[in-house]
Amino acid sequence: MRIRKRRNQPPPLEPVAGNGLLDRRALLGRGIVLAGAMTTGAGASLNGAAAEPLKDDPWSLEMGAAVPPLQTASRFEKGVVRTLSNPNNELRNSHARTPHHLLQGTVTPNSLFFNICHSGLPDIDPAQHKLVIHGLVKQPMVYTVESLARYPMVSRMHFIECAGNSAPMFSSEPMQVTAQALHGLASNGEWTGVLLSTLLDEVGIDPKAKWILAEGADSLGLSRSVPMKLALDDVMIALYQNGERVMPGNGYPMRLLVPGCQGNMNVKYLRRLKLIDQPAMTFYEAKTYSQILPGGKSWLFHFTMEVKSFITHPSFGHTLKGPGHYEISGVAYSGNGRIAKVMVSADGGKSWAEAALQGPVNPKAFTRFRMPWRWDGQPVVLQSRAWDEAGNVQPLRAEFVAARGQTEKPVTTPLAFPNQHYNSITSWSVDSSGGVKHVYA
Amino acid sequence: MSMRKLPLAVAFTLAFSAATAGAQAPKLGQPITETDITAWNIEALPDGKGLPPGNGNAKLGAAIYSQKCALCHGENGVNPRPGYSPMVGPSKFDRIETMKTVPYYKYATTLYDVMRRSMPYPIPKTLTSDELYALSAYILFLNKIVGEDEVMDANSLPRVKMPNRDNFVVWDQDKIEYDPIRMGAPR
Repeated sequence: MRIRKRRNQPPPLEPVAGNGLLDRRALLGRGIVLAGAMTTGAGASLNGAAAEPLKDDPWSLEMGAAVPPLQTASRFEKGVVRTLSNPNNELRNSHARTPHHLLQGTVTPNSLFFNICHSGLPDIDPAQHKLVIHGLVKQPMVYTVESLARYPMVSRMHFIECAGNSAPMFSSEPMQVTAQALHGLASNGEWTGVLLSTLLDEVGIDPKAKWILAEGADSLGLSRSVPMKLALDDVMIALYQNGERVMPGNGYPMRLLVPGCQGNMNVKYLRRLKLIDQPAMTFYEAKTYSQILPGGKSWLFHFTMEVKSFITHPSFGHTLKGPGHYEISGVAYSGNGRIAKVMVSADGGKSWAEAALQGPVNPKAFTRFRMPWRWDGQPVVLQSRAWDEAGNVQPLRAEFVAARGQTEKPVTTPLAFPNQHYNSITSWSVDSSGGVKHVYA
Repeated sequence: MSMRKLPLAVAFTLAFSAATAGAQAPKLGQPITETDITAWNIEALPDGKGLPPGNGNAKLGAAIYSQKCALCHGENGVNPRPGYSPMVGPSKFDRIETMKTVPYYKYATTLYDVMRRSMPYPIPKTLTSDELYALSAYILFLNKIVGEDEVMDANSLPRVKMPNRDNFVVWDQDKIEYDPIRMGAPR
């Protein structure tokens, strides 16, 4: 944030909640001045040390390399990569997680978008790929990638979240890992494709159809059942991801996009849609993505990814460089619609202040929240809590554990999935040396 | 072509088409018959729809399992390779992290469906209908859900009563049209 010297200085901004949280209006960039900055006086940084004299660096004195056809990040950003569950390409599933703690804004770059592939990346030739729609329809039809690309398209921002995202937080003890390890199985992007309702109009829906079986062209023929009610709402067949064709790990050449629902329902490599009169009870809906509840019952068809938020800055793996001004920020999202409000606490939930939401706030999409903060160097616990427009609120950890339980013994690897649909609060403690730990609070 | 040269009624028809069907339904799909979809039409539904002719029992299944499944999922369905699921597991799900294997399924058809579409993992869609019924019978037998001589076929498999059948709660009834009685599966 820039602090300008003005003739008519407004009054200094006082904290709005415990441990130095400041009014979110400070982020508007004018009319409000940070109280902490005022005391240091103009021309000096918060640390008081003057800057070095400036000189030209080598890159300012010689020409650089010519631009390549496909650009990648600076060599100085080599550490900004996905983490892998199967780095040695063993004959099993493979995951890659988004480095939330190293990203900003709301769009996950395609190169860093999370993947879960249960039988590797199929090498699909788009000229050969076909999508068939059949079953309880008036006329079964086959579509090619080329033909679908000629249909009216829509572009929408949506998150996709694996139902097993944040599963390490079912552990009875907080695991000391990054936001990437905890929450990296969720990403957000702009999807462009054909609304499924357009194609269903064309094949003609038999009124007996209540569900749609969606099946991939991967070697598992991975398949999920989607209720007709959802399918006719905002479901699309996505061809583009952040402006380019869908990535191989995200379903090239086409995937089903079921906004706000379990990632696994967004069937990749989509080749078949069958209208049926009952849920197919495929492996993933019957087992993997059904959740055991304390007491022995299980949820069936828990499709919606509920309201959630987590702080990405600062978070585990970061170190604060001494007391002073920082911006706390993170992402919030809900499968029920738009984020309505995010509250932030710096004292472990004793007091809360409302964060600024970075617009536009899209339904079923990441929303970045920001909160100015003046850290006094004492230990703090940072938390965020989100509300969605449907009135749902992110549960506190005690509420969540009471309803959903936790493991008997601490989980030892972030690659384990003891249960699914964790949407409670993430707490980061900052110690007096600026180190950030994961805690339950 | 100038619109002025067309009879009024024809001009209206063209305008109407352009505004509705033309904008909403490009109709670029190719019609296909269900017969021509057969190779892809592989799901087995809980009420038995989609299950093919054929049959098998646990005794036949044991030999097929040993040859085609045990390498990954372990002899007798236990002690699988690291990263793979055993085929035998708890039938009581009283802790949130309890390992879910075949006894967790609400319907036995899920077992047939997943083997038919996905297994054996390195060479999927290579098992015959009889092999799939025999393997279903064997894995259900290992879990003490059916007897060793019970024959599994399109009629008997959907009728198998799974031990965890009655422990599922539909998360949001308003959004889901699901009627387990109409589905008619387990009796």
